[in-house]
Amino acid sequence: MPMFEAFAKIMLKKGILDVQGKTIENALKTLNLSQISNVRIGKYITFTLEADSFEKASSLANEACDKLLHNPNIENYEFHITLKEDSKQS
Amino acid sequence: MKFGIVIFPGSNCDHDAYYALKNNLHFDVQFLWHKDSSIPPDIDCVILPGGFSYGDYLRAGAIARFSPIMNEVVNYAGKGKLVVGICNGFQILTESGLLPGALLKNAGLRFICKDIYIKAVNNNTPFTTLIDSGKVLKIPIAHFEGNFFVDEQTQKELEDNEQIVFKYCEANGEISNKSNPNGSLANIAGITNKRKNVLGLMPHPERYSDPILGCSDGQLIFKSIEYYLNNI
Repeated sequence: MPMFEAFAKIMLKKGILDVQGKTIENALKTLNLSQISNVRIGKYITFTLEADSFEKASSLANEACDKLLHNPNIENYEFHITLKEDSKQS
Repeated sequence: MKFGIVIFPGSNCDHDAYYALKNNLHFDVQFLWHKDSSIPPDIDCVILPGGFSYGDYLRAGAIARFSPIMNEVVNYAGKGKLVVGICNGFQILTESGLLPGALLKNAGLRFICKDIYIKAVNNNTPFTTLIDSGKVLKIPIAHFEGNFFVDEQTQKELEDNEQIVFKYCEANGEISNKSNPNGSLANIAGITNKRKNVLGLMPHPERYSDPILGCSDGQLIFKSIEYYLNNI
């Protein structure tokens, strides 16, 4: 069965104060990088999955993000999927 | 009456809760293991204790909700039985959907461990039967993720259904920005579900239940539960 790689990005929703982002933004200002603003911190999660089609892999990754990897009260997610290199040959 | 305290991998206030309930308040108590697939029928109230269940991986409380016992806790709460989540327990309750909202990182980006004051803003719950409305309690907090957040619509529902139970306040009871230790929305320190049988709170009542510590305000919450159960 083909193997896919999934790359999920989870970010706090817009409007929710991101205190980590804010702190880093302030640190950047001390480096005289005051041109930088709206720093936001999120999570980047990668995983491998086995599925018989791209659509199935996408549906599985979506389920993982929806049910566990993100908290719908405070976060949004997006992901993309690629076919693993060694699966391309078979 | 009998309390059951769930031990998750990484719980670290389980024994504090046990000590407070057993030695200070003289209730029957038993530990429940996170892999248990049932809650004994003689348990009157389940406590989800503080700590760092599953290392707070992914998000605080996110993994604990998949422990086998959590299915039982959800069923137990569904029957109207009492559940109290303290600190990490509160985070687990929001992650499992038993309570609305989420606990974000503290606004000051620091772990805060200190005594704070909370005010009971609703004494019409099983957890506040002996606490006069407006009564101020001194209780410690110890958390990094206690910044309570809900969207506007859910906040309105919490207010309309009188689900907000405790708010951070000054020693004199004034609810002010200054008394809000972690940036929580509307100074919220504790809420219940709509049915009011599930309580989540960030402060640790079990840590101020022994008079030898100079303050035993936390006892009032556990005694309220006893009073409620004896009078329903």
